[in-house]
Amino acid sequence: MTDVVLSAGDTAWMLASTALVLLMTPGLAFFYGGMVRTKSVLNMMMMSMVTIGIVSVLWVIYGFELAFGYKGKSAWYGAISLSGLGSQVNNLTNNGGVYPIPVLVFAAFQLMFAVITPALISGAIADRTKFLSWGIFVAIWTTVVYFPVAHWVFAFGNKVGDTITGAGFLAGKGLEDFAGGTAVHINAGAAGLALAIVLGKRVGWRKEAMRPHSLPLVMLGSGLLWFGWFGFNAGSALAANGIAGLAFMNTQVATAGALLGWILVEKIRNGHMTSLGAASGAVAGLVAITPACAFVAPWAAVVIGFGAGIVCSLAVGLKYKFGFDDSLDVVGVHLVGGIFGSLAIGFFGTHVVNSVGLDGIFYGGGTALLGKQALGVGLVLAYSFIATLIIGFIIEKTIGFRVSRDVEVEGIDLNEHAETAYETYSSSRGGSSL
Amino acid sequence: MKLITAILKPFKLDDVKNALQAFGITGMTVSEASGFGRQGGHTEVYRGAEYTVDLVPKVRLEVLVDSKEADAVIDVIVKAASTGSIGDGKVWSSPVDAIVRVRTGERGTDAI
Repeated sequence: MTDVVLSAGDTAWMLASTALVLLMTPGLAFFYGGMVRTKSVLNMMMMSMVTIGIVSVLWVIYGFELAFGYKGKSAWYGAISLSGLGSQVNNLTNNGGVYPIPVLVFAAFQLMFAVITPALISGAIADRTKFLSWGIFVAIWTTVVYFPVAHWVFAFGNKVGDTITGAGFLAGKGLEDFAGGTAVHINAGAAGLALAIVLGKRVGWRKEAMRPHSLPLVMLGSGLLWFGWFGFNAGSALAANGIAGLAFMNTQVATAGALLGWILVEKIRNGHMTSLGAASGAVAGLVAITPACAFVAPWAAVVIGFGAGIVCSLAVGLKYKFGFDDSLDVVGVHLVGGIFGSLAIGFFGTHVVNSVGLDGIFYGGGTALLGKQALGVGLVLAYSFIATLIIGFIIEKTIGFRVSRDVEVEGIDLNEHAETAYETYSSSRGGSSL
Repeated sequence: MKLITAILKPFKLDDVKNALQAFGITGMTVSEASGFGRQGGHTEVYRGAEYTVDLVPKVRLEVLVDSKEADAVIDVIVKAASTGSIGDGKVWSSPVDAIVRVRTGERGTDAI
């Protein structure tokens, strides 16, 4: 093995990317928080915030090893041991090859992915989840589902010379998922569907209006997500290079295409282009381009984004047909968008833009790549859905997962957090401290 | 003595207030209200799901006046509040038994 020296440029970009990806989770809190009613906005935002706390702690204890360790020599999980990150300060990153960035920077970058994935699930169970149970769910789900699935998809193993040990199953099979269409979005979307089934519908669902209480907050959140997503996608190059540039450009144009696709559907179907539609379309495009951003040409990114905007805007109606209360459309946006983007690589993928990428159907590569993509989609979807259903039912049957009807109707903010977001009645100003 | 209550379109509040001040009215109470009449509600669409909003935002304006002035004040409000379209609101008056100005203890029409 030739000696690789640390690259200041790559390291600087990865540090910046890591901070960008962190910002996505508070951004998600705004995105989701604006969509719920005034009585549950704080709880909604806290579900994201507490996830940052829980997952970060788990990550440094054992999470990083479980996801990216190679000593287990397993395709299904990393290593079961303490992460020992403190002893590796001067090590470079080795993930299927040596990258000239410190392993702690890589670990911090991947941590942010582990944080936002469970936070995404929270939108499916808005307004009705016991906060303590949510925290316990996040700890169990991250351990049993996210860390292993991240290993399947993102761990390319420890490479010394020509020998690679401990590569993930799907990474080894040649699944093309650049930044987490499967490991993050399908994973979170399938889990959201499972939890929406476990917890059941909100009181008054489909009978009373559950309007988003603050669309400006939703717009702010989608803007922060869009901004942070450049770190998510372009940072996944693990370098400041041409692939990062490709991912960056594709992220921008796919998101633009999806925004337009979604509001166009609205214009045709309902007669008006809505701000919620623009914000949702942008997120759907970001989701869809996530796996594909380093494997397709920018023109294809526009097509993928536009298609995702149309498909997801139609998919959010599915919950009414099937009768599950996926409150903020985690399934319609993240599951459907993730599947759409992951499979699209099978059509639009080309080695012209990325020498390690395979050619898809439109580039004469046949269906081989689409097959790999379908395997990744199916495996992650099935594992996440079933495992989450089991975890969810265990929590429901033991400590309870859902608040009482009275708590839900009066407002979860007041009852779970002893706070309210807004002063809706001026007479409440006359409080006194005890 | 009469209490005149007017339900108005929120954006007409300034016109009505200015007209009443020009008429010589020196005080009023304004509060936010919501409701519906012949105008009905409206429909909003969020991610394709339609919600019917029954209660439309309105402003409630209340003025205490001498009985002699009541009809004139009602006319001033109606003239200033009218746009000619549905949902312009309503104005009514009701009898008032007693009025007291809290600061001075003045009663009756002196307290208006």
